[in-house]
Amino acid sequence: MPLADAEVRNKDFSEVALGYTFEDAINEANRCLQCLHKPCVASCPVNVDIPKFILAVKENRMDDALSIIHQTNCFPSICGRVCPQEVQCESTCVMTKRYQAVAIGRLERYVGDHAKLRIDVKPLNQSKKVAVVGSGPSGLACAYDCAKAGYAVTVFEAWHDVGGVLRYGIPEFRLPKATVDKEIDVLRQLGVEFECNVVIGRTIECAELFEMGYKAVFLGTGAGLPTFMNIEGEGSIGVFSANEFLTRVNFMKAGQPTYDTPLLTGKRVVVVGGGNVAMDAARCAKRLGYQTTIVYRRSLNELPARQEEVEHAMEEKVEFELLAAPLKIVADAQGRVTSILCQRMQLTEPGADGRCKVVPTSEAPFELETDTVIVAIGTSPNPILIRSTKELKTGKWGTINVDLNQQTSIDHVYAGGDAVTGAATVIEALGAGKKAAASIIEYFTKEHAG
Amino acid sequence: MARIIKKDILNSGVVSMEIEAPRIAAKAKAGHFVMIRVDEHGERFPLTIADSNKATGTIRVIFQVVGGSTIKLNRLHAKDEVRDIVGPLGMPVHHENIKHAIVIGGGVGCAIAYPHAKALKQQQAKVSFIAGFRNKDLFILEEEIRQIADQPYFTTDDGSAYRKGFVTDVLKEILEKENDVDLVIAIGPLLMMKAVANVTRTFNIKTVVSLNPIMIDGTGMCGGCRVKIGDEYKFACVDGPEFDGHLVDFDELFLRNSAYVQQEKHLCKLLEEDKQ
Repeated sequence: MPLADAEVRNKDFSEVALGYTFEDAINEANRCLQCLHKPCVASCPVNVDIPKFILAVKENRMDDALSIIHQTNCFPSICGRVCPQEVQCESTCVMTKRYQAVAIGRLERYVGDHAKLRIDVKPLNQSKKVAVVGSGPSGLACAYDCAKAGYAVTVFEAWHDVGGVLRYGIPEFRLPKATVDKEIDVLRQLGVEFECNVVIGRTIECAELFEMGYKAVFLGTGAGLPTFMNIEGEGSIGVFSANEFLTRVNFMKAGQPTYDTPLLTGKRVVVVGGGNVAMDAARCAKRLGYQTTIVYRRSLNELPARQEEVEHAMEEKVEFELLAAPLKIVADAQGRVTSILCQRMQLTEPGADGRCKVVPTSEAPFELETDTVIVAIGTSPNPILIRSTKELKTGKWGTINVDLNQQTSIDHVYAGGDAVTGAATVIEALGAGKKAAASIIEYFTKEHAG
Repeated sequence: MARIIKKDILNSGVVSMEIEAPRIAAKAKAGHFVMIRVDEHGERFPLTIADSNKATGTIRVIFQVVGGSTIKLNRLHAKDEVRDIVGPLGMPVHHENIKHAIVIGGGVGCAIAYPHAKALKQQQAKVSFIAGFRNKDLFILEEEIRQIADQPYFTTDDGSAYRKGFVTDVLKEILEKENDVDLVIAIGPLLMMKAVANVTRTFNIKTVVSLNPIMIDGTGMCGGCRVKIGDEYKFACVDGPEFDGHLVDFDELFLRNSAYVQQEKHLCKLLEEDKQ
């Protein structure tokens, strides 16, 4: 797929991957062998009927293709962009045996971006009301399926705008916000209502939702609580969690002339971590004019981020300081960061999980001069809902416990996405939201029959 | 959108607003705060809930006009609307079995200290309220404080009204004279809260302070408001904003709160130019 030039694109926030042309899409669709056992479908977390939609693309029935995708996935333009297809649908494509996999994600994106969706709007059953807590991917997926089934859905969101990580986390250059708006608008057309500025657990207690007439509740509150390193100097000015940095830049549009949210100005940034969030933060910083270095304690092979994102970051001149672990952040008398002290690490034999462990070397620590440090070493579930909902059983990392039907320890309260699994992917969250919706629909159907 | 019902100018720099927010009013307790975004391009900033009324579905916020966002908010009047308001946020603090509490407010901090005094009074505690202001023109809530407190004290830094001196002067006198004080709540400028904590530490009296770090979301997802309490960092928005005053690293918070001083000045300047 064509990409914007690396030395041009690393100075603005426009989309990097430019998308297929019509000819590209037809040519790529023609590579699909339409095999009968469809291994790609099984390795898609929401089981999109991939050969069927690709056949429709081949035959230039784009609107049909979109309807086929929409049967199981409401966000083709989003998933086509952010799913790690190389470890999902494309990993089992039979073409990989001799050639490259069919570019399923790119085709899905093409269809999502270019086809027109026929929406079958049904009157909603107001006596079967569903409350969805959180408007990130899992909540949106649950809301979509419940609304399609004819139930009245209200989505409660704590922020002032909807989308969760799609809005505040993933930057514009990977996922344009116009695309997010367009796909969420489909839910509005189906009759889903959104209420922003409502924190469940504070503004409204979880149990009160039932008093308000909701018959089922889905908790899709994500894993938004940032983890810090607990090293000296982490309270210095210029140290941010990746969440704070990305929220300021993506969501509050900090630093743009007509927006009020401020951004600290600096020249050099060190991003600590090696996941997709670290890549997003580093590439954002690069676009804001920082000289940017990623510090990661393992080597290139162990980077948890998608390979494509790592390549894009490298093309954009993000530097990598591998096998290095921060020891201490140094600040001046005004409390502002001046450098970060790191320990050189080395890999050892893989542990029981197959992953190489790292141990410090005997080398003396080295210092990287920097005025900004972004900590991107992970997140855990937000404590507000859990603390205020005592009956909700949780695991040791604060994740919500659910059964095979996504139901929590409270009757008719379901949960899914990062709140259950800890930080994972958009598509896995969508899958969990759909599964919870199926349980809710089953519950309503049984109740109706009974 | 939330409608402003009433606006009162309390002194040259401090404004009180009653805002229609029924869901927040139904839940608000002493110590809770809200995050406000005035308009589409605005930043999110925290304001403590000074009072709330379930019956009318309104909350009251009292703020000092100090920077870009409070200048913007102060431009609104009764019947105007703020774009976003979310809350109540933070952990409300509930004190049990208090015999005698000293509630201390510094300047606009009196507005945040007042609901604590009210809550303590409802629990039959004896309340001494020490209100300190820079000068006589900056007084707020004088009547309310007199009504709620068993022992109201007022000080001014320059002696332009009542007693000249700082709140800590009165505090020391009370603590030396009365030995039934089992709680001190201090809310105001960081330097004042630090000074209060230093006094009460020597008397070994439990002291609660309300911290005002920079916040973005106010729901625990960014850590911008992290403060050092003893050996660990806490997020003021979900763990606070009230903490044990004897454990707070006031010096670090003081530095952290100065992070955006340049940007803030720039925004104020733009807003001033825009006005002309």
